Amino acid sequence: MQIVAQIVFLIALVFGISFFVRNIKKMLRNIKLGKTIDRSDNPSERWSKTLRIAFGQSKMVRKPVSGFLHVIVYLGFIIINIEVLEIIIDGLFGTHRVLSFMGGFYNVLIGIFEVLALLVFIGVIIFWIRRNVLNIYRFLSRELKGWPKNDANYILYFEMVLMTLFLVMNAADYQLQINGAVHYAHEGGIIGGFPISQFIAPLFEGLSNSTLIIIERGAWWLHIIGILFFLNYLYYSKHLHILLAFPNVYFSKLKPKGEMDNVEAVKKEVALMMDPNADPFAAPPEGEEEGEPEKFGASDVMDLNQVQLLNSYTCTECGRCTAECPANQTGKKLSPRKIMMDTRDRLEEVGDNINKNGKFEDDGKQLLDDYILREELWACTTCNACVEACPIGIDPLSIILEMRRYLVMEQSAAPNELAVSLTNIENNGAPWPYNQMDRLNWAKEN
Amino acid sequence: MAEAIKVPTMAEYMAEGKKPEVLFWVGCAGSFDDRAKKITKAFVKLLNEAGVDFAVLGTEESCTGDPAKRAGNEFLFQMQAAMNIEVLNGYEIKKVVTACPHCFNTIKNEYPSLGGNYQVMHHTQFLKSLLNEGRLKVEGGKFKGKRITFHDPCYLGRANGEYEAPRDLLKKLEVELIEMRKCKSNGLCCGAGGAQMFKEPEPGNKDVNVARTEQAMETNPEIIAAGCPFCNTMMTDGVKSKEKEDSVAVMDVAEMIANANDL
Ligand code: HEM
Ligand code: SF4
Ligand code: SF4
Repeated sequence: MQIVAQIVFLIALVFGISFFVRNIKKMLRNIKLGKTIDRSDNPSERWSKTLRIAFGQSKMVRKPVSGFLHVIVYLGFIIINIEVLEIIIDGLFGTHRVLSFMGGFYNVLIGIFEVLALLVFIGVIIFWIRRNVLNIYRFLSRELKGWPKNDANYILYFEMVLMTLFLVMNAADYQLQINGAVHYAHEGGIIGGFPISQFIAPLFEGLSNSTLIIIERGAWWLHIIGILFFLNYLYYSKHLHILLAFPNVYFSKLKPKGEMDNVEAVKKEVALMMDPNADPFAAPPEGEEEGEPEKFGASDVMDLNQVQLLNSYTCTECGRCTAECPANQTGKKLSPRKIMMDTRDRLEEVGDNINKNGKFEDDGKQLLDDYILREELWACTTCNACVEACPIGIDPLSIILEMRRYLVMEQSAAPNELAVSLTNIENNGAPWPYNQMDRLNWAKEN
Repeated sequence: MAEAIKVPTMAEYMAEGKKPEVLFWVGCAGSFDDRAKKITKAFVKLLNEAGVDFAVLGTEESCTGDPAKRAGNEFLFQMQAAMNIEVLNGYEIKKVVTACPHCFNTIKNEYPSLGGNYQVMHHTQFLKSLLNEGRLKVEGGKFKGKRITFHDPCYLGRANGEYEAPRDLLKKLEVELIEMRKCKSNGLCCGAGGAQMFKEPEPGNKDVNVARTEQAMETNPEIIAAGCPFCNTMMTDGVKSKEKEDSVAVMDVAEMIANANDL
């Protein structure tokens, strides 16, 4: 019987992990559809930023309530997962509480896990209330309707269930030890600290040992299968952030926020145009034979860079960016969170397309217009409030800019008044129709 | 005060075989916009007062390309940058000061990889350094104790992390500085950036400048201080939309200092 359980456990573990690995590989392949971008500079600065912002949660706590709750859930999750290590060993080798040889320290450890499990449980309930009962601006946007809202709630229910199972398992174990059941009771007294589950145990008092064992084993199995399921749920969820937050912060932009990249392909063309020896009228015929000219800007996910695509998978859909966005606050359609969600949705669609066809077959859709509207793109003031607000180093503005580049350079589709201003800059060096020769007139006026 | 102010050009310096201490980059707004021209002149008066050896490019200056870049026209941006860098490098410019955070950000951050390397300062930073060096004095007098709130320009604050220089200047004026609910890194945009200044806003339920002006009004200010010609226009329009232009002034920090010193 024991050996059967071990084999079932092994199969579940292998199945759960290999499915997860498969999803992660798919995700990496999708990210690599983007253009390469070099973010290998300044590793020490990148590490320290990762330590501060991802491990240290420094930007999370700018919103004290959700920040504090998250620190509990985050720490709780990481620490409680040490317990998973024991569960895996027990499952594979048919042992029970294999780490208990640590004695008093083990008791303290289990005690801490229990306290954290309770705190996580309470934290998650408050998260749920904030999401579903209180009218918090960033949870009310239209892009959260449907799946994103459900996804957020599923995660919270899941955490509640996992924490409950953990505590129930311990409570049953504790009661079994009190009852002196075989395999559970020890010579030296109670093993494990049960500061929380001891209050659940009284519920089990009248039960027979065999019922208790069923409860304890049942909770144990559901707990580990739940964790394996959760692991595989991540890929389909905004909860992928619990893994990606770290690399995402590491690869985020270190330069001043106001600095926007100078497009390399444009540099070459401008150098050519500025070259007094080049004949501007001679170039085109030969130029066309040199193969397809580079596409400027982005109309689809493949035109974005890999960090931008990683950003889209990492986004927690928290909406801190959107809450700070001046365009969104004044009722415009633009929501930086939606920019990230759309990018991920389209990337997934492209990925599925590749899975089905072996390579990407034109599906008549793209990120621009089918997901992100021009009206959204043109509402951005490039104020960087979204970038500043994001607790995990996501840069929605860079995607907006890249898509504007496509609109203007590939499609000449700037809004009318803007197009006029750009023409003014081109013709007379100012966005208004003044003559450049009048540029110093102010000094003569009084 | 009708006397003409002294504004030497780089070409004049060149002709005399001299080099100025710093180039004052005036910018399009500072050159052409009626409101912004006042800021330009106030700043020039302060430069003259402090005995700073400065020059402008005058008719050789052209748009930095900031609105073009942020509108997505990278070509136009890089063309503008190339022309300006050619002029600046031709004059062997080392140090640039500008009263426009957009020009500041572009020349400081985006010109270097295109061949333009200069020390670039925002006028509030430059004025602060003049004060620290004792070259310029600031009189509290006129503004002492006045309720003033400062609107952070996105391209000075969030974009480049400079929040203190303008505030230090205001402190020197002994004003009662009252921060808005949203300030410094959390400051709300005035609505002009990213080339919005040059287009109609998208449909919504409010204009951004009105939303920001409402935040400023919450502090019940006598003056809304600004550090950017575009913010200045936006906030001025916002104050007008609230019909408060008689009780609330929008002033650039440089104008306030010039005004305090009776320049
Ligand atoms: C590694 C373990 C982690 C766990 C278990 C975890 C868990 C959670 C949970 C349950 C939520 C949902 C909260 C809600 O429904 O409102 C959440 C949201 C979030 N997490 Fe994590 N997280 C982890 C790591 C991280 C890290 C390293 C970061 C980086 C700073 C991070 C940033 C966020 C953000 C920005 C949100 C949105 C929260 C908000 O609404 O303010 N998380 N996380
Ligand atoms: S940069 Fe654009 S998207 Fe981001 S907060 Fe500002 S206006 Fe909104
Ligand atoms: S981009 Fe950042 S701030 Fe915006 S929703 Fe995603 S995680 Fe939150």
